[in-house]
Amino acid sequence: MDALLTGLSMALTPENLLYAVVGVLLGTAVGVLPGIGPAMTVALLLPVTYNVSPSAALIMFAGIYYGGMYGGSTTSILLNTPGESSSVITALEGNKMAKRGRAAQALATAAIGSFVAGTIGTILLVAVAPTVAEWVVVLGAPSYFALMLLALVAVTSVLGSSKLRGFSSLALGLAIGLVGTSTGQARLTFDNPLLADGIDIVVVAVAIFAVGEALWVAAHLRRRPLEIIPVGRPWMDRKDWRRSWAPWLRGTAYGFPFGALPAGGAELPTFLSYITERRLAGEHRAEFGKGAIEGVAGPEAANNASAAGTLVPLLAIGLPTTATAAVILAAMQSYGLQPGPQLFEAEPELVWTLLASLFVANTLLLVINLPLAPLWARLLRIPRPYLYAGILFFAVLGAYSVNFQRFDVLLLCLFGALGFAMRRFGLPVLPLIVGVILGPRLEEQLTQALQLSQGDVSALWSEPVAVIVYVVIAVLLLGPLVLRLIPGKQGPERLEDEVEELEEEVRS
Amino acid sequence: MTAATPPDPTEPAERAGPRPDRAQYGLAAFLALVGVWTVVDSAGLDPGFADQVVGPAAFGYVIGSGLVVLAVLLAVATARGDRAEGEAGEDVDLDRATDWRTLGGLAGVLLATVVLIDWLGWAIVGALLFAGAATVLGNRHWVRNLAIGTVLSVTSWYGFYVGLGIPIPAGVLDGIL
Repeated sequence: MDALLTGLSMALTPENLLYAVVGVLLGTAVGVLPGIGPAMTVALLLPVTYNVSPSAALIMFAGIYYGGMYGGSTTSILLNTPGESSSVITALEGNKMAKRGRAAQALATAAIGSFVAGTIGTILLVAVAPTVAEWVVVLGAPSYFALMLLALVAVTSVLGSSKLRGFSSLALGLAIGLVGTSTGQARLTFDNPLLADGIDIVVVAVAIFAVGEALWVAAHLRRRPLEIIPVGRPWMDRKDWRRSWAPWLRGTAYGFPFGALPAGGAELPTFLSYITERRLAGEHRAEFGKGAIEGVAGPEAANNASAAGTLVPLLAIGLPTTATAAVILAAMQSYGLQPGPQLFEAEPELVWTLLASLFVANTLLLVINLPLAPLWARLLRIPRPYLYAGILFFAVLGAYSVNFQRFDVLLLCLFGALGFAMRRFGLPVLPLIVGVILGPRLEEQLTQALQLSQGDVSALWSEPVAVIVYVVIAVLLLGPLVLRLIPGKQGPERLEDEVEELEEEVRS
Repeated sequence: MTAATPPDPTEPAERAGPRPDRAQYGLAAFLALVGVWTVVDSAGLDPGFADQVVGPAAFGYVIGSGLVVLAVLLAVATARGDRAEGEAGEDVDLDRATDWRTLGGLAGVLLATVVLIDWLGWAIVGALLFAGAATVLGNRHWVRNLAIGTVLSVTSWYGFYVGLGIPIPAGVLDGIL
């Protein structure tokens, strides 16, 4: 508690508060802009943080992270084409509400719900993360190796995606991670000295998220303008409050654990929250599919709580489970900080400042964004040629400012082409990024584990935690196969079908 | 797990529409290429130091062969009628065919950026990049695009140089900016 108060006093210094405000504004603005998600935002802003202190950068990222989430929900309520998979469900009811003239209430329940869920989620994060870090700090290299494998498998085999494509993406990422001379010999460097230090993760992330996306959109640019629903200042009356508070809490209860588990992702909790609210809606049940406020309040809360939950494995174990978390991890590494249990001991001030600034960011979001909603809605009208030209502009600037080398810009273009191809062929982006980041660390942990045992492979399952983790990995990999043997559709597949049905039902 | 069972040509037609997603063979070939090359590169490494329990080649062998296996699986799936689902998004209209002209234009703009950036410097190249990309993407007011681009690139150059302390080389404008 004392530590948190110290962190709070750090986060509330005028300078750091300014970074938080900048982060929240930037995060929301780019979150609202179509085609830009929170991961791309953080990636594009990485160069800006090269010369500011680590704590200032982390405070800004906290703002960007929560702001990006919030901005995404505004877009999906006011436009009927959701950008990120986690806001699909918000778009279902939120857009219907907006069409019925209740955009202000939809935005209000999303904003206040995000605040409630984000605050509770951050409290849980503060309570859970140090404890997890304490458990994890005693683990040896074999357990870390197993945990990293788990993270790789988990981000690869998430709900609703083709495993074949997931693993293809992962393998490409791991191959990119091989480049360099970390083992004493040049691997995959084409004898190019510029590749000796490996490929900068900033260049890969910016290329895959920003350049790949810009090229993909350019190839399929919607030429007719989207219908955007105008909105005034968000507000709710007493009846809306009564209908919203319980869904907020239930959504939080779904979101946080799913975010905190290494098999994270916000799709599942938002969907579970949606069907729960529909079931519990009672007299308002008929409104579902036509714009029920419960259907916005619950999933939005779940989405934000899961964002807070994601930070548990990131900070306490050093495992990224979402794209944004992966980019934040890369940013921390560029400061020489290694997220994980040691961070709590080595840099307590930094960690607690970050945690405290999450509360600050969350509050700022509510205070700043309720009045600014009409302004954000206007951002949706930005001419697309300028938007995507701007993305390319900042992507090149970001890659060039890493080393001021033309070579990095060339790499940016090549990986941008890869990012385009991945979107064309439905390869998920997340496994590649996580593979690039975790691949080298996986090798490090394996080397360490086997060095201690002098090459005896059985050391890998010498720790109980490692054994448990391998069992979990086996369940994740084999579970779907077993379920497929049982007649009828089960588990994830059934969920997937239900999501699709829902979407069709509501769209029509 | 090889392509030993040639697929029945009529089968994919019934299950997944008129024709298999041919372009996916290209993706499979790319995966195989990266995989083979990773394995070959690993094979060319020295055995490593005596104290290296995990040889430098080990990961390369695993990842490379994994890529080759995935490539084969993908090729088989494609032959069986598996189709890729392109990523959706706010500004993406998947009903439209791929717009190769815009893509080609953007590729040209990006390559020109790579070629010119060290020589002309960010202030000029950034402006050209923005104006070129915006024009290719459909905004034909190229004078205005160039003006916006110049403002963006010069501000970002000064912003990085003065504000953030990141000295981006000025290129031919060295001494003027």
